[in-house]
Amino acid sequence: MIEIQNLTKYYGNIVGVKNVSFTVEKGEILGFLGPNGAGKSTTMNIITGYLPSTEGTVKVCGYDILEEPTEVKKRIGYLPEHPPLYLDMTVIDYLGFVSELKKVDRKTRRSQINDIMELVGITHVKNRLIKNLSKGYKQRVGLAQSLIGKPEVLILDEPTIGLDPKQIIEIRKLIKALGKEHTIILSSHILSEVSAICERVVIIHKGEIAAVDTPENLSKNFGKISKMSVTIAGPRNSVLGHIKEVYGVKYVEAQSEKEPDVVTYIVESDKDIDIRRQLFFAMAKVGYPIIELKSLGMTLEEIFLQVVTEEGKEAN
Amino acid sequence: MKAIFWKEVKSYFYSPVAYVLIGLFILISSILFWPNLLGMYGEFNGNLASMSYILIFVVPILTMRILAEDRKNGSEVLLLTSPVNLAGIVLGKYFAAVFVFLVMVVISFIYPVILFAFGASLTPPLVGGYVGFILLGASFIAVGVFASALTENQVIAAIVSFVSLLIMWIADGIGGMVGGIAAKILYWFSLLSRYEDFNNGILNLSAIVYYLSFISVFIFITIMVIERRRWSQG
Repeated sequence: MIEIQNLTKYYGNIVGVKNVSFTVEKGEILGFLGPNGAGKSTTMNIITGYLPSTEGTVKVCGYDILEEPTEVKKRIGYLPEHPPLYLDMTVIDYLGFVSELKKVDRKTRRSQINDIMELVGITHVKNRLIKNLSKGYKQRVGLAQSLIGKPEVLILDEPTIGLDPKQIIEIRKLIKALGKEHTIILSSHILSEVSAICERVVIIHKGEIAAVDTPENLSKNFGKISKMSVTIAGPRNSVLGHIKEVYGVKYVEAQSEKEPDVVTYIVESDKDIDIRRQLFFAMAKVGYPIIELKSLGMTLEEIFLQVVTEEGKEAN
Repeated sequence: MKAIFWKEVKSYFYSPVAYVLIGLFILISSILFWPNLLGMYGEFNGNLASMSYILIFVVPILTMRILAEDRKNGSEVLLLTSPVNLAGIVLGKYFAAVFVFLVMVVISFIYPVILFAFGASLTPPLVGGYVGFILLGASFIAVGVFASALTENQVIAAIVSFVSLLIMWIADGIGGMVGGIAAKILYWFSLLSRYEDFNNGILNLSAIVYYLSFISVFIFITIMVIERRRWSQG
């Protein structure tokens, strides 16, 4: 559906993105993850034909963006970082203008606009001027704009930015539902969002792709250590010493004391070694009861940080 | 192109811009018309020539936001990622500004009509004068659209187009002073000198071609400027 090969973009001498390649299958929701300034928006601007690339090709539904831009643009709905709104227009006029731009059939125009307004929940503000709407509603109008013309591909640059928590959940649900009919690329710097919506994640850092995988695989493969939190009753220093002696433990850190002599420790160990049993017997031997033991899965956040910092180490 | 044209026309008339500019134009041209009534003077061509001075002030304000605003508030992304080519976008906007100008022209028909009521008649210089006036205004607007593509700041766009129009207006005078090759170049930009034939009732084909190519060149370089900016930076 979308094929991106060796995409490179220079802004003068500054690298925007470098050698970015990935593909998106039909009906897939792809998450595009990276810190601010990593090249997410640049990549999206190139895919949608707003900016030309310095090198590399982008093909959408088999059409090359530089050779047949109109064919590509017909098939893409784009919500840029700043929704491209005309503040002096009413919502309904604006959507009418967009559907003319996108050459939606005159007969179905009105009903399509009504459906989309219903879908993103802006029907009740349709006669208001866009400049009088709140940030969240402006964002929804921007989303509505991208849906007009029923494009096969949706490119959404930080779609939930500026929304309140309730709206964020609604928009996420909406995007998931849209994913059944559309191919979606969604960018975010919020990791929980990407793991909640996306089937596959591209992590981009300093203009280059750092990792591509499903959120599950990422946490499996990138977790080189396993981490657990264990609460033990016993004097802190003595307990620390005994934990360190357990085979496989790499790092221990004492958290705050909850009750007198009851401390929670964060224990990190090699991924392939399960230290829980060892730990139990070690503590039983010295008579410090384990009150709580739970393993901490690696969150996407940690993977992300790890990928990003590893990249940094390599560069240094 | 049609969608952009109508959207721009609507936004001119939804905001006070079009009304203020049309009002200003009519106010000043009415003041200029006053001596015709007092002196019972049936000749209108002199008025048309002075009305073209008003355009030097009105056109920069008419065109200053036309491309600069889209760039400033980010709606440019919508236009450039929609299945419309760049020429269609620029032409749609250009014709919208020309449309507002034509509204002014049509309203200004009232002056000759008043003169007809007093016994003046429709003469070739009058028709020619209006044809020339429309072509002149359309050329001014092309300059204004070009200036608006250069910057995202509307005030700068207005100043650039005002100064350019002023220079083109006095190009003949400067040319006379400097002489040589510079004079020839300045003469090429002299919109005024071509206007005189029209005012004498002569529909000079070469002048019509001049104005139309002047407009095309400015629209073309406007498109080039936007295209170049896309390729060079962000």
